[in-house]
Parts: sequence; C-alpha cells; structure tokens
Amino acid sequence: MLIKLPSTSDCKETDVTPESIYLSRRALLGASVTGLAVSALPRWANAADPSQYADVEPGAAPQWFKDKLASTKWQAVNVNNEAITPFKDATHYNNFYEFGTDKGDPAQNSGALKTEPWSVVIDGEVGKPGRYALEDFMKPYQLEERIYRLRCVEAWSMVIPWMGFPISELLKQVEPTSNAKYIRFETLQDPKSMPGQRSGFALIDWPYVEGLRLDEAMNPLAILAVGMYGRELPNQNGAPLRLVVPWKYGFKSVKSIVRISLVSEQPKTTWQSIAANEYGFYANVNPTVDHPRWTQARERRLPSGLFSPNVRQTEMFNGYGEQVAALYTGLDLRKNY
Amino acid sequence: MRFLVWRLAVFLACCVAPVLWVYQAWIFALGPDPGKVLVDRLGLGTLILLLITLAMTPLQRLTGWPDWIVVRRQLGLWCFTYVLMHMTGYAFFILGLDWGQLGVELVKRPYIIVGSLAFLCLVALAVTSNRYSQRRLGARWKKLHRLSYLILGLGLLHFLWIVRADLKEWSLYAVIGALLLILRIPAIARRIPRIYKRKTVV
Repeated sequence: MLIKLPSTSDCKETDVTPESIYLSRRALLGASVTGLAVSALPRWANAADPSQYADVEPGAAPQWFKDKLASTKWQAVNVNNEAITPFKDATHYNNFYEFGTDKGDPAQNSGALKTEPWSVVIDGEVGKPGRYALEDFMKPYQLEERIYRLRCVEAWSMVIPWMGFPISELLKQVEPTSNAKYIRFETLQDPKSMPGQRSGFALIDWPYVEGLRLDEAMNPLAILAVGMYGRELPNQNGAPLRLVVPWKYGFKSVKSIVRISLVSEQPKTTWQSIAANEYGFYANVNPTVDHPRWTQARERRLPSGLFSPNVRQTEMFNGYGEQVAALYTGLDLRKNY
Repeated sequence: MRFLVWRLAVFLACCVAPVLWVYQAWIFALGPDPGKVLVDRLGLGTLILLLITLAMTPLQRLTGWPDWIVVRRQLGLWCFTYVLMHMTGYAFFILGLDWGQLGVELVKRPYIIVGSLAFLCLVALAVTSNRYSQRRLGARWKKLHRLSYLILGLGLLHFLWIVRADLKEWSLYAVIGALLLILRIPAIARRIPRIYKRKTVV
C-alpha cells in the first residue's frame, strides 16, 4: 500500500483557483489597479495643485490662505456616492440678496466687494472680545475639507466641498461666559458694494442676521468656511468668511461675516423677521414640515436637466440626523421649524 | 397685405421667445435648474402679454392708429398659449407629474389657487375668442371678456405671493397694470387726447 505523504509545500485540491476566477484575473487586476489609481488621485493631484476639482476658476488667494493649504486635512468629511456639484453651478446659482434677488446676480454683481483687508468683531458674552484682522482671526485654525450636502429652503440642493474649521474651536478661543446661550452672526452692510442693499423695495432690514443655539454651534458639523473647491471662497459664495450648517436650510449659513456675538437671548434673525410663519429660527431640514408655499418632501439636486430632472427625497436633517438629532430631543419640530 | 405683415411680425415675435428659452434651457445656458427658470419666464411672459393685450385699446385711442386692435385677439391668444406652457412646465418640472401632490397644492397654497383661477378665466376667454362665439354671445361677449381685468388682478396677486424679498419688479408690473385699468374708467377714457387725427375713415 502506497502511503502518500504530502509535502508542506504541495497545494491541496481546495486551494485550486476556480477556472472562472483564473480566466477573469486580468479584469480583476485591471479593476484593482484602477481602484488604486482613483484612490491615490486626490493626494497625487494635491501635490501639484490644491484644487482637485474640474473647471475651478483660479482665484487670488490671500497669503494666509495659501499658507494653510499645506496642512489642510482633505476630505475630512465626505458624502457617500453623491456627485459633487460642478464649480460653475455652485458659483453661478446663488442666493445672496445683498447682490440682487436673481440666482445669477451674485456672480455678476459681487466683483466690487472688497474682502481684503477684512476684520471680524467678536463681542457680547465673551471673555476675549475684540476686533481681529482676518489673518489674525484665522491663525489658530487648521483647515479641513468638508464635503456637505446643501439644501436650500427653495427645494433645490447641491453638494459642495467647503474648507473651514469647526465653530467649537473658535468658541474655545473667545471663551464664552456662562450667560452665553446663543451665537449671532452679522453680514457686512455696505450699500456701495452691495447693490441689493440700495434697493428701496427690499423687504430685508439690513444687515443680514443669523444665529444658532450654543450647543448647535458646538456640534462638530457646524463650521466657519473660508474656502471651497480647494480655493478661497468666491465673493458670491460669501467671501471671505461664512457659516456652513449642513443640517439646516441654506439661509442659516450667513455669508461675508463681519460680526460674531455671543448673546443670552435668541437673536432676531432676518428671515424670521420678514415672515415668521415661513422661516423659523431652527430651520432644520425637515421633509415633514412644508414651507407654506411649497412642499419640502422633495428636492431638485442641481444640476437638474430639462428632460432628466434630478429629483430626490429630502432626508431628515439633510441626512445628518445621526450626528445632530440628539440636539433636539424633547423639542416639537413641527412648532419649532 | 399691410395687416398680414403686421400680424405675421407679432406672431413671430411671440413665437421666438419660448423657442429660444427652451433651447437655452436645453444647453444649460439658463443655469443648473433650467426647468424652474423656464416656468418663471413663461409665467412672467404671460403677465407681460396680458399687459400688452390690455394696452392695445388705450393705444388705439391715443394714437388713432387702428392697427393696434387688429392684433389684440392674437396677443390675447398668445397670452393663453404662454400660460398653457407655464402650467405644463409647472406640472412637469416642479410637480414631477405627481398628480396626488397637485391636489395638495391646490388646497393648501393660496398662490396656486389664485393662479389656477386666473388660468380657468383665460381658458374661458380663449374658447370664446372666435367670431362664432362673438355672434352667439352678442352683447354678453363684451361683458365676459371684461374678465381680463380680473385675470390681471389675480395674476398680480399670484406674482406678489411668490416674491420673497424684493418688490421692485412686481411694483413695476403692478403700476403698469393699474395705469391700464385707470385708462378704462369712462370719465378718463373720454379725455384721452388723440395725438394724430385720422386722415380718412377706413
């Protein structure tokens, strides 16, 4: 009787690669190489040029911004399988009523806005109030790229790669007192460079004011942004400093900020003052609470073609419920819209 | 012949705008949300055509030129065509052909209710715009077509309720609309001076 002792280097029957896999090895190899190339692409692209996005108009970034690019944490927060809105659309379809009410007005009229020098006033219930030049204001912070969904109250949405830092880090710097319950933001008021503020028919009482509850501002998702698409903010997108709160309707994310105040009372915000029945203080994205004039259950993800409308269901808290829903436990979101 | 060329010119002018808009929307020249822009433009186009239609009679009185009246019906029908396209665009691009949602909108949104009422009135006017209806309805025809004043009011209200933050554009159309209605008050209409005297009676 022949006893066959397999040597340890021999292959077993179960180790045999199935024929189908053997035959498809090239496809597999090809796919994995492509995957590698794709995953390596952003970093590789960064080395040559911080902007890894197609068709981004180069800006004229201030020195402090360029200095921060090297240490920027790219794609710190991302979206799953959602296409980033083309730069052209994100910069030519804007609501920034200081420059006019049409979507194209901000891109057309914001050229006169002077963002350098820029200073930000910090006041109210803080240990360290003051007026800071923007480059000094920005000094303590490392930039992070945050790719967020943006849901406008008008039922359209985009996906935008912002660059900024969490408001919580600012709060650490300015040391709010125990009286501070809310944070209030104010946009520049300068009728000379902002034609919308010269209109005698505007319903808005300038300057534009927005605010958050302090715990909302402390949420890691809430950021102050200074850039997008790997460059500094274009004027029409709220240069040089704006708020981005992705789980709230876009109008909460106030642009071209000149003043940040910590206050004890809920601030009177702009849209709430114009039409309190349409725009609440919280303004959380909520598909179950309609705007009185239209439904909020669905949104048009832009670009949305004429014969291929890109309509999708709106998600509660714009899809950020996991991170923010706890802020609102016990609060009736139908009343506090 | 003179009328033919004049009528054709008006026809082409009214035809060109929507064709151009659809083409622009198609190639994304109207931005990333072309459906919405198209609906807005067609709505504003409807209002402008209504104002132009209502301007024909005062213009004729003012200038004595009879040709204004020749194109009045055509302009009115263009106004109806635009509103038809406006509604189709709304159903397609805004509503996404979700008819259940249409019911909700019709009950809940005042600006949709007002707009729909104006649309129904325009349908009534378009249907009775032919000579046969004019003969059938006789004196009542004129009364029925005074609905256009109501339509103007409803249209302006519909527009006002869409405005979010700046009333400048709306005010412009409202003032023109008010002026056109004031010119129809008999006491004022009688006093409209003729700039040119008619040479011969046609």
